[in-house]
Amino acid sequence: MSENARILHHPILGDVTKQKEITIYFDGKPVKAKEGEPIAAALMSAGYRAFRTTAKRHEPRGVFCAIGRCTDCMMIVDGRPNTRTCITPVRDGMRVETQHGLA
Amino acid sequence: MKEGIMYTGVPSDKELAACPGRPSRERMEKGRVAVIECVQEIPCNPCEAACRFHAIHVGEQITALPRLDEEACTGCGLCVAACPGLAITIVDMAYSDTEAAVDFPFEYIPLPKPGMKVEAVNRRGEVVCAGRIVSIKKPAAYANTAVVSVAVPKEAADEVRSIKRLEREAK
Amino acid sequence: MRGIETEIAIIGAGSAGLCAAAEAAKAGAKVLVIDENSRPGGQLYKQIHKFFGSSAHQAGVRGYEIGRRLLEHVQKTGAEVMLDSLAYGLFPKEGIGLIHEGRHCLVKAKKTIIAAGAKENYLAFPGSTLPGVMGAGAAQTMININRVLPGKKVLMLGSGNVGLIVSYQLLQAGAEVTALVEAAPKIGGYGVHAGKLRRAGVPILVGHTIRQILGENEVRGVEIVALDEKWQPIWGTEQTLECDTVCLAAGLNPMTELVWMAGCAFDYIPAFGGHVPLHDENMETTVAGIYVAGDVTGVEEASSAMEEGRLAGIAAAEALGYLRKEDAEKKKSAVRESLSVLRSGYFGERRRISKEKQLADMAEYRKKREVCG
Repeated sequence: MSENARILHHPILGDVTKQKEITIYFDGKPVKAKEGEPIAAALMSAGYRAFRTTAKRHEPRGVFCAIGRCTDCMMIVDGRPNTRTCITPVRDGMRVETQHGLA
Repeated sequence: MKEGIMYTGVPSDKELAACPGRPSRERMEKGRVAVIECVQEIPCNPCEAACRFHAIHVGEQITALPRLDEEACTGCGLCVAACPGLAITIVDMAYSDTEAAVDFPFEYIPLPKPGMKVEAVNRRGEVVCAGRIVSIKKPAAYANTAVVSVAVPKEAADEVRSIKRLEREAK
Repeated sequence: MRGIETEIAIIGAGSAGLCAAAEAAKAGAKVLVIDENSRPGGQLYKQIHKFFGSSAHQAGVRGYEIGRRLLEHVQKTGAEVMLDSLAYGLFPKEGIGLIHEGRHCLVKAKKTIIAAGAKENYLAFPGSTLPGVMGAGAAQTMININRVLPGKKVLMLGSGNVGLIVSYQLLQAGAEVTALVEAAPKIGGYGVHAGKLRRAGVPILVGHTIRQILGENEVRGVEIVALDEKWQPIWGTEQTLECDTVCLAAGLNPMTELVWMAGCAFDYIPAFGGHVPLHDENMETTVAGIYVAGDVTGVEEASSAMEEGRLAGIAAAEALGYLRKEDAEKKKSAVRESLSVLRSGYFGERRRISKEKQLADMAEYRKKREVCG
């Protein structure tokens, strides 16, 4: 996936209104995020889609349900494992790490 | 492959012929008229409420197919944006000596501009002929559905139902 | 530990929950709506298409606009909406267990309406765990709420209304839809939704399914195969389609965990997404004082969820004495009329039959209970 997946213009929803931009860190790399959006949205807007690896087979996983139900998007957020990134809003300076296994 | 809307997403000739929302050939020759290609019984009736001339009848049982009163229809186009299924077009066979105009709902960006040359497509998305944009209407009441009018050769009027989407500008 | 007392607690601030809240609060009851999300509306705000149904009930209005009006209406009625509150349990004596702002809290209510909604089904096949494979509803949340494209080239599996509508909305958001693949021999959802895709040049391949998703660390393509009348692959028909994202629109299943915890009796109705609670004409379950509404009672669509919510809200308020029997009956019969319209026609038939069975099974359950004393 390439970067910049933000939908700035939309035929029904109109143009994106200005939102405060903040920075989060994904495995140490800075990622620009819009205040209030879920972590998963910020990561996907930058082209990152693999959020964790599974416990047994170490396979990559990403967002599946995007409404906080399936737990496929869990990551370590500010040191807290098993955080559902699809429903957890970003915060400036937040540290988001790939979760390996159940952590 | 089996024909028909249930198999292809495109109404078959038979389904279109039996559709009570389509006007007669004679009425079409007279000028602007709604062509309602609603062939499945779904609970829905905003087209009926949208028509100021009471030219569309669904009735109490709202799964009934909309029936067009072709003499009452003025081709005003209010129903085009009101149909959640985007199944209504306005066809004007009297647009000019050689051309017909087809007004269709369009919910993509960028919008075409008047005078623009476009590729007109049929119900299957295939390019049928070249077209020329006549007008774009997008009043607030249409709730962001634009109604685009495209002029095409008369013989293509029954086929043309939209235009090929325009490229989004590179980011 | 914090304790909250209310008359009617509603779990879920989506289509059904908000409608229930509006009706109950309007009647005068003290209402608290609980939702785990940071904003109300459930899945209503991601619906950007114009709704079908009766123009008397907001058909032709886009989903998010219906949601906005509904929320405004709820606020006027005085119902309280408590967000960021995860209801993790329902206990007979203690009440509803919540986690709010990292703290535990209990809600005691005279009546509880569970409107927890539904979640998307997952399908297992080689490659289906790769990043880039997601629910169609998830993609819809990404594009319409978060305004982020989950991919540039999407393949959709499933031709129910969700698959059709989300494919169209992906096009509107600027993605390309490679194809819509459907295992059944015909399109599941409304033909008019399919027609939008066809005019936009999206192929709809009925009688096809995904054999495997290709890619090492994320989706790079999909191998599809044609199916015969017995749903078996016709070998030799495999073809590879290029895409970077696969959306699964394979139906939903009701989120019934809390209903099970409450001890309610269930039915198994495949057309409704699996196990669904028994309920009566007032949306009350087999446990007195516990009501259900919306997709948790069986997966339908937003308009039906709203009507069921209204029904539950009116019934709960009536049970608390806020509505006179005849006034409540009048309101309820109007809602039931609207529900029967939404469950009519070719596409509503299966839902109508399913709902009739669910109600009949409930009546049967109560009759047996009476006999056994």
